[in-house]
Amino acid sequence: MAALIIARLTFHEAARRKILLAALLLGIVFLLIYAIGFYYVNQEFSRSSSGPGLLERNEIRNFLFMAGMYVVNFLTVMMTVLTSVVTISGEVASGTIHTLVAKPLRRWEIVLGKWLGHAAMLSLYLLFMAGGVIVIVYLISGYTAPNYFRGLSFVWLNALLLLSVSLFGGTTLSTLANGVMVFGLYGIAFLGGWIEQIGSFMENQTAVNIGIISSLIIPSEALWKRAAFEMQSPMVRALGFSPFSAPTVPSAAMIWYALLYAVVALVLAMRQFSRRDL
Amino acid sequence: MPPAIETHDLRKIFGDKVAVANLSLTVECGEVFGFLGPNGAGKTTAVKMLLGLVTPTSGEGRLFGAPLSDHRIRAETGFLPEHFRFHDWLTASEFLTLHANLYRMPRDVIRRRVPELLDLVGLTPHTSKKLAAFSKGMLQRIGLAQALLNKPKLVILDEPTSGLDPVGRRLVRDIIRQLRQEGTTVFLNSHLLSEVEITCDRVAFIKHGEVVQISPLQTLVEGELSVAVRARNLRPEVVSGLSRWSRDARADGEHLSLTLQSERDLPEVNRYLVQQGVDVYAINPHHISLEDLFIQVVGTDGGL
Repeated sequence: MAALIIARLTFHEAARRKILLAALLLGIVFLLIYAIGFYYVNQEFSRSSSGPGLLERNEIRNFLFMAGMYVVNFLTVMMTVLTSVVTISGEVASGTIHTLVAKPLRRWEIVLGKWLGHAAMLSLYLLFMAGGVIVIVYLISGYTAPNYFRGLSFVWLNALLLLSVSLFGGTTLSTLANGVMVFGLYGIAFLGGWIEQIGSFMENQTAVNIGIISSLIIPSEALWKRAAFEMQSPMVRALGFSPFSAPTVPSAAMIWYALLYAVVALVLAMRQFSRRDL
Repeated sequence: MPPAIETHDLRKIFGDKVAVANLSLTVECGEVFGFLGPNGAGKTTAVKMLLGLVTPTSGEGRLFGAPLSDHRIRAETGFLPEHFRFHDWLTASEFLTLHANLYRMPRDVIRRRVPELLDLVGLTPHTSKKLAAFSKGMLQRIGLAQALLNKPKLVILDEPTSGLDPVGRRLVRDIIRQLRQEGTTVFLNSHLLSEVEITCDRVAFIKHGEVVQISPLQTLVEGELSVAVRARNLRPEVVSGLSRWSRDARADGEHLSLTLQSERDLPEVNRYLVQQGVDVYAINPHHISLEDLFIQVVGTDGGL
């Protein structure tokens, strides 16, 4: 199938352009720093007998774990957008697309192939980074966060969602305009998420509504909030407030909405690219 | 057998600009067809419509009887795009293997065909070199190899020689000649008239997105020719006697010019002049060149 050839090509390109190497090396540096930091913090409160009890220790460990995952989510989003934003518009602008499209394949196969290639890449990236955080926390302290697998899959869905949106943008806009659009959307979601969080803390319904509307515009931040909700400790959950999660938890309907959003964006990208004059 | 290319009133409008208007032409299988026109006449847009890169606004086109929108027919075509921009982080052999895969060629065929084509275009020493390190001429060669991977029945070349040095041009000419011998249809989009003159069976002139004239090159070669004669003792009655062969015989001192319908008349004209006592010093027949025809058809304004 042509889509698989294109997917492999996408992977090959990322490797040749040393994107994979850069991501891997910086990922290792990130995990190294995280491990050292986590080790010393953990050692500090494990040593003193007068320190926090087991329950509180795990609270701190969960906090550090969530901080790690927050950064992993952010980095995965960046990776997704930065690598995929140029993939279609760049080939159209340079003209490399002409020889591909003149082959016996359907245009949507190119879009699907690029989606698959990028999805595979960022899945590996997420697995490496989030897996690294989980393993480091476990090896140093023996702690595992609750529902980390479910939490991770929402982070993963977040990346796939932004990938679909950026491919759709790439079939219509120039690379730069597409980048502005995707990061703009992400910014709206990010800001909306914070407004919702603060609004809900201060019991201001208008602020909460702004958050919900921004989640409907793009449910990216909502996916992180849900992921954080899944992985946070029971106490934070009971407390209802932390820098990484929200008291208003995005509902299951919002997750389905995000999934549908990703699928529709991908389908629209394939349709739009099939119609476009090259 | 359906023609290789057949279009009826193919039309493409970008915004308010008519890029191609009512393009109707037929290219038979095995023909080497030249597509000529000034820059901006709509040649590249027409080629892109043939390959499904651009969707026609209206009209209809077929390749070997299949509609242009049918992607499967492109298994039978090869295409060298105008600016030959390729994935330059691939090596020459990786690039050809990628495109062979996209043609869905079997693996063993690919393994044989890739070195074969690298050899054909003279790039064997650069097999493992990345395309980023290729010169313009080398890129054009690898692009040409890419267009021939699948042994296509129809090869569409968009300005295949515009960036090539004389050696490269000869290579392209030789390849086109070889394709013709193998019965491959070649659609050559070019404004390098000498190239077209040498290689093509038939040419279409396009101006403002419309076909102005289609002529076989053979009739150009065998057709009308202008003759310049240098002679003395040219009496007016001798000149008017030339009206049997030429309508526009004109003498100016020693110089006599006339237009003949065919080369066959040339010896008779010579014999006539000598019999009439004219001292003939030189007879220079001159065929109307493709360039003359191009200017005649398209105009000196270049269709702008």
